Amino acid sequence: MSVRSYLLLMLAMGGVTYLPRMIPLLLLSRKRLPLWFAQWLELIPPAILSALIAPALFTNAAPRTLALGKAEFLAALPTFYCAVKTRSLAGTVVVGMLFYGGLKLLKF
Amino acid sequence: MSGTGEQEKSFIQEGLSGAWPICLGYFPIGLSLGVLAQKAGFAPWQMAVMSVTVFAGGSQFIAVAMISSGASAAAVISTTFMVNLRHLLMSSALSPYFPGVSRRFLALFAYGVTDESFAVNMTRFKGGGWDRRSALLLNQTANATWIVSSVIGAYAGEFIPAGVPGVEYALTGMFICLLVFQLRGAVFTATAVIAAVVSVAAYLWLPGNAYVIVASCTAATAGFVIKRLTQRRRSP
Repeated sequence: MSVRSYLLLMLAMGGVTYLPRMIPLLLLSRKRLPLWFAQWLELIPPAILSALIAPALFTNAAPRTLALGKAEFLAALPTFYCAVKTRSLAGTVVVGMLFYGGLKLLKF
Repeated sequence: MSGTGEQEKSFIQEGLSGAWPICLGYFPIGLSLGVLAQKAGFAPWQMAVMSVTVFAGGSQFIAVAMISSGASAAAVISTTFMVNLRHLLMSSALSPYFPGVSRRFLALFAYGVTDESFAVNMTRFKGGGWDRRSALLLNQTANATWIVSSVIGAYAGEFIPAGVPGVEYALTGMFICLLVFQLRGAVFTATAVIAAVVSVAAYLWLPGNAYVIVASCTAATAGFVIKRLTQRRRSP
């Protein structure tokens, strides 16, 4: 691939990544949102976070199959407990890494 | 005057303290992206250009694989678009915290909206007292870490050792903690549980990254309906 066509491809990829990030911020931050939409948006963060994490804990990637009892899930239990009890982001991240690293060392 | 100085300092400290778990997670992932790209024949400058213009972890891995296997530009661009469409939801959810903020600021901030920065910024905004400049700094710090680590990976290639065990769990741990912070009542918990179930099902049955958007929208809608129904029952 030539330098020129590589740069053009990157610009196009950058454009299609940037626009979905920018347009809602630009349009919605200037408006008063209807109540139902604001209430719906409030539920988006827990929904997105949960939707992002769940496949990593309960499935294998290639091929995509259900996988219960993975190290990722087992390490998530003390991590979750630590988050609820300490409400400390730093502590929780470290606990998660220790448990996951430990499970991996045990060849889990 | 000294008061403003302290404020300046604290917004920088706050932003950096919010950014560190993201950077910790990004660094090894960026490195491995760079290593992978180098092996697929990408030059370090090509990696740098991609990380600067695209700045989206998942789709960069996919793009490296697609470009090196000779996929058409149209296929690469449309895949990138689909994979990152979920940011529409994140930017929408962030928008109430930026009322009347200048377009220039928003344009800069939008560049750094990722799963990780969204999760941290959202939690901080909800907690109150989160300076928008801290949010911007957090985005750009995470962003810089990503660019630098992917370029180091592209230069160093196979010289990089396997790394510390457990580091690959940093972002998962962070997401779990931020999810816990979001569970501020029964409706939120129900939404999260529904999202997890729908997400796993959609991940298994739908191609690509559609599972994030499908599960988030379904769960938020279900949570909204639950909220409305329980409210109506309480106040007939």
